[in-house]
Amino acid sequence: MAHLQLDQARIDRARDSARRIAGRVFDDMDRSTTTTVERATLRLMGVDGVDENQVPLPNRVVDHLLERGLLNRGAALAVAAAMNEQGWTAQQVAEAVAAGRLVLDGGDDTAARNTADALAAQSCEHIATQRAQRAALIGNSGEAPQPWLYLIVATGNIYEDIKQARAAAEQGADIVAVIRSTGQSLLDYVPYGATTEGFGGTYATQENFRLMRAALDEVGAKVGRYIRLTNYCSGLCMPEIAAMGAIERLDMMLNDSMYGIIFRDINMQRTFIDQFFSRMINGYAGIIINTGEDNYLTTADAVDAAHTVLASQMINEQFAYLSGLVPEQMGLGHAFEINPELENGFLWELAHAQLVRQVFPEASLKYMPPTKHMTGNIFKGHVQDALFNMVSTVTKQNIHLLGMMTEAIHTPFIQDRFLAIQNARYVFGTMRDLHSEIEFKSGGLIEQRAQAVLAETESMLAEIKRTATGGKGLDGVIAKAPGYYNPFPKRMLQGGARHG
Amino acid sequence: MAEQWIKPYGDTQDDGRVQLSFTLPVPLDEVSKEGARRLALAMGLDEPAVVHAEDMGQGFSFYVLYGQSKHRIDLSTIQVAKPEFEVLDKDGVNALIAEKMGRKMVVVGACIETDAHTVGIDAIMNMKGYNGHKGLESYHEVRAINMGAQVDSEELVARAIEEQADVILVSQVVTQKNIHLDNLTRLSDILEAEGMRERIILVVGGPRISHELAKELGYDAGFGPKSYAEDVASFAINEWIKRKAA
Repeated sequence: MAHLQLDQARIDRARDSARRIAGRVFDDMDRSTTTTVERATLRLMGVDGVDENQVPLPNRVVDHLLERGLLNRGAALAVAAAMNEQGWTAQQVAEAVAAGRLVLDGGDDTAARNTADALAAQSCEHIATQRAQRAALIGNSGEAPQPWLYLIVATGNIYEDIKQARAAAEQGADIVAVIRSTGQSLLDYVPYGATTEGFGGTYATQENFRLMRAALDEVGAKVGRYIRLTNYCSGLCMPEIAAMGAIERLDMMLNDSMYGIIFRDINMQRTFIDQFFSRMINGYAGIIINTGEDNYLTTADAVDAAHTVLASQMINEQFAYLSGLVPEQMGLGHAFEINPELENGFLWELAHAQLVRQVFPEASLKYMPPTKHMTGNIFKGHVQDALFNMVSTVTKQNIHLLGMMTEAIHTPFIQDRFLAIQNARYVFGTMRDLHSEIEFKSGGLIEQRAQAVLAETESMLAEIKRTATGGKGLDGVIAKAPGYYNPFPKRMLQGGARHG
Repeated sequence: MAEQWIKPYGDTQDDGRVQLSFTLPVPLDEVSKEGARRLALAMGLDEPAVVHAEDMGQGFSFYVLYGQSKHRIDLSTIQVAKPEFEVLDKDGVNALIAEKMGRKMVVVGACIETDAHTVGIDAIMNMKGYNGHKGLESYHEVRAINMGAQVDSEELVARAIEEQADVILVSQVVTQKNIHLDNLTRLSDILEAEGMRERIILVVGGPRISHELAKELGYDAGFGPKSYAEDVASFAINEWIKRKAA
């Protein structure tokens, strides 16, 4: 069986460093909340909809509390107190606030806590039901063997996306990801309703989630395979998207702990607080998170920066544990991005992929196809994708993002996906058991490369020291006041996936 | 100039052989297959043959065809716009800027509007560059300011004013339904409205950008795939010298 000799003590030391880093960040961040964490809390408590200017009601209520200096005690208590006082639902309270008919005050009493707790319990029960529903559907229609074929739709129009997603599922896709409209990560609110216009993707809205979920359930029953739905739990509204996804039974979420900081100039504190809360929801909902390490390799060299991928995966793993996720829910990311002109580049790809497999034996690894070195030569591109498919099956990756031969040209045409699925199925089928038939030469080039990357990772993690302000969204970070209350963590952190 | 007629080459001069693939939004049957063949005929292919046809599910079908192009083209009649300048290496660019400008050349770059993909702008601007070609940040006679992704055109222009930029460099990578064309037009309109167009050397790059397209959109130059920092920098300093002399 394909196996590399790695120094386990080195892996343990690197993991200890990552645990220290994540723990330190967590202790700092636990002292604050953010506007979107509070909006997500309201969404989970049943607040939805928009005002006459299309501003979501969760935003209206949170802005109202912020103006009145009350957000530092959490939105849940203020809304729950008003519910008790008026005999209304959370939604009715939000509507009244938005209409200017109601002014919220703090309301920190036992009755408010009880009401907030009751709503949280109800919300968690709904999410638990969705989790059970997922298990039941998988039980009924079965699921595909891994690597699961992960495919993207990005038409901008949810109804067109549905058409393409259904076709993709029929052709063999196991996971459908709806790419978000470019720029949504920097919107400080979540758009509302079904949407038909987007740029480079489709807006993530709760209604769009619901429509796609229903379509995939239907086609899943038809093809006899549960089709997983993925969206993007990232950017300025990370926790709210997690809440929407949990409610509508998404199965996977792109949810990196650091991507926003590095690639979207989002404030570090904001990102860490938001990722903790969103991962907690994802964890409870049984959602597999996908981390974004593949992105490092689109800007840096895939050989020089290989250790940054492993280091980031280790930090992402520790943050995920803190939010209550189990290893199977950790879709740690990496990518096949070595320059095809590099001699023996394929060996290094194998080394990196196998290294990640062995360091995270239980994780649901997400392996990304070549993008940076794809060109307009689609014929060569198809071969690059075939080599990527081969590494994926030989190193037993779990979530396999399909490479498109037209990667460098346009968002995929329907036949680009069709051919990509054929390519992957061919390679996966014809090489099904190759991984158990081959061994890496002891002390050979591949093993040496993996050991070198591991060593570099260990020393990088040992040296990391960093804090910061700066970046977008810091104004949405609010220090918690002594009476701060949120009814969800104590319920959700007990774990969802862990307890079935 | 002597005429130079050409058509595609398969295995014999002037056989005109081309390949083609597409999807039709109907299930596969004999009628749709014949439809695919007739479509190729209508596109100007003689003796088209459907060499592969496959049903894709959900009411779609996929076709691969070969045929012979009826058309031919006289290359001698074609003129292509190319930026006219000599490409210097990094040292050459630095020396020329020092000699002619006597100060650092200021380049402000960004991926504008909805584009979040910085691969291109980073390849040209960042220290590390791309494929062994160092980026503009490494040029000691260039002050390179890379504003990154999803920068509003207004924000880019404001920064260019603030930094007294000589060159604005924009990258457009992701494109869906030709959104990049709208984005680029918007930027050049804003520069025009600010009365800055004449002063700024305006350059665009991206996988689907050609110099010809850039000129059409009101840019001074366009750089497609396989362009590096030295190409952009050489153009910029040449253009600066040309304008100075005018």
